Amino acid sequence: MPAKPSVAPRDWASQPPYVYPGYKSTVKRGPTRPLLPLKSALVQRNAPVYGHEDIGPLDHDLTRNAARNGAPLGERIVVTGRVLDEDGRPAAHTLVEIWQANAAGRYVHKADQHNAPLDPNFLGAGRCLTDREGRYRFLTIKPGAYPWQNHPNGWRPNHIHFSLFGQHFASRLVTQMYFSGDPLLALDPIYLSAPERGRGRLLSRLNLDVVGEAGFALGFEFDIVLRGPHETPAEA
Amino acid sequence: MKLTQTPSQTVGPYFSYALTSEQYGYDFRSLFGPVLAEPQVAGEHIRLTGRVIYGDGVPVPDAMLEICQANADGRFVASRAEGLASGFRGFGRCGTGTHPARHYWFDTVKPGAAAPGEAPCIDVIVTMRGMLLHAFTRVYFDDEREANARDPVLAALPAERRATLIATREAQPGGVAYRFDIRMQGSKETVFLDL
Ligand SMILES: [Fe+3]
Repeated sequence: MPAKPSVAPRDWASQPPYVYPGYKSTVKRGPTRPLLPLKSALVQRNAPVYGHEDIGPLDHDLTRNAARNGAPLGERIVVTGRVLDEDGRPAAHTLVEIWQANAAGRYVHKADQHNAPLDPNFLGAGRCLTDREGRYRFLTIKPGAYPWQNHPNGWRPNHIHFSLFGQHFASRLVTQMYFSGDPLLALDPIYLSAPERGRGRLLSRLNLDVVGEAGFALGFEFDIVLRGPHETPAEA
Repeated sequence: MKLTQTPSQTVGPYFSYALTSEQYGYDFRSLFGPVLAEPQVAGEHIRLTGRVIYGDGVPVPDAMLEICQANADGRFVASRAEGLASGFRGFGRCGTGTHPARHYWFDTVKPGAAAPGEAPCIDVIVTMRGMLLHAFTRVYFDDEREANARDPVLAALPAERRATLIATREAQPGGVAYRFDIRMQGSKETVFLDL
């Protein structure tokens, strides 16, 4: 098998720090020592392998993949976009996994104690593979805001969690998608932990044209940029 | 023109029903789980296990670990078909929320060295509520002294930090286990890699 090209370093000017006191749990959980740099030759590990056969026919449709006796409550939304590297090249055939709260701001999770209703027809988990142009597409329900214990009366803005691999072990990304114009963003330490240079990347844009069918769902576009190929300086 | 990388954000406390669903008993099929090697896979079958420990010595109950490794011959799985045919996935996921003592575990085979001069190792991605971006680390094996002594990553570290990357072999009733705790902070903070 041909050696894969190496992957560009994390762009620390757009990535949050490990310790960000506004998000209290980071103070005791984030590493404090400098990271050990690795020579690029040691970074060329493969990403996990998977295929279309691993993805169920409804995995991308959160309005149907856990439906029992009807449709979930809430606003239907299409979330779509492209997964790209820093040079704008598409990350084809890459796994995109998402999870989110329901329309009332409640997760299907034993640890979620928020006193908001569960929806018997909504799990809130989905996945798909990108196509040749790097495009992914989900149909889901707009997630609600929910409270958290970080600070008095703290509320997370509406968000969808994303998990991606890209082509390399090192291009792994776990992030969150937000909605442009959400007034809770200005109060949210997790969103604000991303340096200003990268913060705009976390916002989806309303785009009704991505839905295709008029009057069916709101459309949001969210492109994701993973670490790109390394421009190898002459390295022995 | 370069595009700006998407910033990382925390995995949060509620990842399990999407990412580790079968382990946590949710009705959603898992793509990856704690078993990397089926019984027929060649090599020494081992369990890699331990805890993730934060600030004041408390085990983290809501961390997720992902590991990636070569097989016993030092070869990485190149395709899904190869993984299915051999029974070796090469990649696994485990959360720390289902074991009473907050252990993670992986059932796998001991990897061979992936390249000449490198010691056998397993790559690890650590993520959890309270981490805004994941951390990379590596597991080496305490019964590979000679190979560890030559390994370029271990060689770059002072001895007391090197020890944080070395798992301890333990004979257990069900077979061989390697114990590897990950300490997020403190005097024995695990070495994390700029990968
Ligand atoms: Fe969340």
